Amino acid sequence: MQMENTLTNKRNRIHPHKFALWAAMASVTMMFGAFTSAYIVKQAAGNWLEYSLPPVFYLSTIVLLLSSFTLHSSFAAFKSGGEQKYKTLLVASLGLGIMFVVMQYMGWTELFKIGVDLKGNVSGSFFYLLSGIHALHVLGGIAAMTVAVIHAWSLKFNVTQKRINRFDLVVNYWHFVDFLWIYLFIFLLIKK
Amino acid sequence: MAHVNYAEEDVLIRENGFDDHFHEHHHGDKYQTNFLFHYVFSMDHKIIARQFLITGIIWAIIGAAMSVVFRLQLGFPEESLAWIKPFLGKWIVVDPSTGVGKLAPEFYYALVTMHGTIIVFFVLTAGLSGTFSNLLIPLQVGARDMASPFLNMLSYWFFFLAGVVMFYSLFLSTGPFSGGWVAYPPLSALPQASSGSGTGMTLWLVSLTLFVVSVLLGGINYITTILNLRTKGMSLWRMPLPIWAFFVTAILGLLSFPVLASGFFMLIFDRSLGTSFFLSDIFIGGQALDRVGGSPILYQHLFWFLGHPEVYIIILPAMGIVSEVMSVHARKPIFGYRAMVYSIMAIGFLSFIVWAHHMFMAGVNPFISNFFVIFTLIIAVPSAVKVFNWITTLYGGNLRLNSAMLFSIGFVSLFISGGLTGIFLGNSAIDIQMHDTYFVVAHFHIVMGVAAFFGMFAGVYHWYPKMYGRFMNETLGKIHFWGTIIAAYAIFWPMHYQGMAGVPRRYYSFDTFDAFRHFTEMNKFITVFAIISFFIQLVFVINFFYSIWYGKKMKTKNPYDANTLEWTTPIEPIHGNWPGNLPVVHRWAYDYNKDEREFVQQHIPLAEGEVGDH
Repeated sequence: MQMENTLTNKRNRIHPHKFALWAAMASVTMMFGAFTSAYIVKQAAGNWLEYSLPPVFYLSTIVLLLSSFTLHSSFAAFKSGGEQKYKTLLVASLGLGIMFVVMQYMGWTELFKIGVDLKGNVSGSFFYLLSGIHALHVLGGIAAMTVAVIHAWSLKFNVTQKRINRFDLVVNYWHFVDFLWIYLFIFLLIKK
Repeated sequence: MAHVNYAEEDVLIRENGFDDHFHEHHHGDKYQTNFLFHYVFSMDHKIIARQFLITGIIWAIIGAAMSVVFRLQLGFPEESLAWIKPFLGKWIVVDPSTGVGKLAPEFYYALVTMHGTIIVFFVLTAGLSGTFSNLLIPLQVGARDMASPFLNMLSYWFFFLAGVVMFYSLFLSTGPFSGGWVAYPPLSALPQASSGSGTGMTLWLVSLTLFVVSVLLGGINYITTILNLRTKGMSLWRMPLPIWAFFVTAILGLLSFPVLASGFFMLIFDRSLGTSFFLSDIFIGGQALDRVGGSPILYQHLFWFLGHPEVYIIILPAMGIVSEVMSVHARKPIFGYRAMVYSIMAIGFLSFIVWAHHMFMAGVNPFISNFFVIFTLIIAVPSAVKVFNWITTLYGGNLRLNSAMLFSIGFVSLFISGGLTGIFLGNSAIDIQMHDTYFVVAHFHIVMGVAAFFGMFAGVYHWYPKMYGRFMNETLGKIHFWGTIIAAYAIFWPMHYQGMAGVPRRYYSFDTFDAFRHFTEMNKFITVFAIISFFIQLVFVINFFYSIWYGKKMKTKNPYDANTLEWTTPIEPIHGNWPGNLPVVHRWAYDYNKDEREFVQQHIPLAEGEVGDH
């Protein structure tokens, strides 16, 4: 029996850190899955306030999408050795990320002004809960991007596998919080 | 170049092993340099495993001592408890005229709550899965360490921090949380609901949120290590059963604990920010509270979506450990290896779609209950497959009845006894009578409380030499086993009768219920055995700590003639587990009594013409 031919070392098909990140993202997905399930159950039970989302949330969604795009291009530029493009787009992504959080905050104040507050009807509480905890995850991504920006300037520009792997983690996580918001936003639009 | 002691190295591994160039770098070894980083902030999985175990043992003693105190109240409500006043202080109320000390009712509830929380989360989740996942995953799959030793260290320290917060809450003047370990609203959502609902509950939430972080960090690491860091030749179907069990356990934890976290966040919002996710129609002193629109049932759904997988998070590692220990000490291949793996997966999957069987009497639609009844009863199928396979593994085996093996057999006994009552309770019609009675208490204590402890004990006795290089005392181990199994059945068997008669759980006293008067003697009986059981565990604790320093030394690398890779590592544990090369795996873990050979280790190549695997 030719055992040795069937033996393949399956390690390193995906970097363990990246795999760990994906596992963590599965976990966060379950948490938001739980929030949105609770939302559906509670909504079906009645006593549910309906309201329209302030337009600033549409804008913030576009900003977040854009930041994912710039970050991805920055990553591509890094891998192909385009130092200037990589740095510019990285800072732009960070800026857009911060802008997203600011716009979410503006959205919350506008919601508050039209009478949808945290303590009132549960439908409003859910909105603040979902977008608030999502924003916390975005802040985590901003922290990671800030470290990436610091590295971009403090370290000598050098495309190594180690740095690609690290950057890849940031990009993956950022896309994740982006998709998560798209999911929540569409969910909130459909199920309001 | 790190120090490589070739005398300790297996010749086969040196010549045919897989060279990953691990010892050519200095990485990692720096955190083993001094006491603080070797024993305290260690990133070595073997040390972290021992940290989890010892922390778990300390919590187990605290949790068990609490049960003795509330059992004293239940068994001997007329006796004075003034003698424990030095320990419990104001929670023992002494009547100045008679000198009779009584346990304060609110503290009784706090004790019951803390007993559950501590044993379920700190002992049987962190202490069991944390210990053995950490110890065995890298050793049995042939990895140098966990995928992320740093996250692994954080996992322990988040657990430790959770423990510190919970321990602190025991000393609050208002007492720790007292609304039951499930923390249902409104008792958990309204700080004014009871004395423990204020700061006690806040600390409970903080502690368990930290605990969730610990479980997630650990789980991510376990899954990543199993999928990415297996040594050459260690295909999934060659993994020892404990690894399969830890793998599914970690997936369950990773997918269910975040749901608990979401419930916790909503609870925190309700408590601190004035929302009403779980609150509605609350009247305090005849006055309606202005918190409306929420639903306490919603919390129960979120809680039990974790809560049910949680009982499998507790029992699956025990099952994996028992499978391994039995096969080694029966000198037989585990019967139905693949069936064992598939049943672990089936149990893991089913555990996600049965949560509402904890809520049959909570106002859930009875038609929906049917769905949950059916899937709950289906869990009996993979469970029965496992029990059948364990018994068949024992059948005709050349049994070594040492402590580890005895506890494994005891595990199967308890799992059968407790599992059968689960079939009763899984039925929503029978639940009308049985819910919230001592029948439930008896069921879950036997099937996932004592049974999981037995799995843990089996693991500790079996892998003790791997942890400390010494053996635990066998005579004390056997006393521990026989004392515990007799006491456990003596405690929980009678509770079934109480439950069938409708005696409700969690009650402080049954003075006013004539119907339950004839259980007075039975309660005394249970309490006496609870006390006996507690003191027998001290035999284990003494044996454990004594043997660390004075136990019989392990003289050979593979004292049990076992097949798995952890027994190819040096007696004196080293960083990176194997000096030089990693072992390459050529066969599954259960080649016992094969082709006239008593055992064949996993790294031994197939002989000429030998058919590999299973």
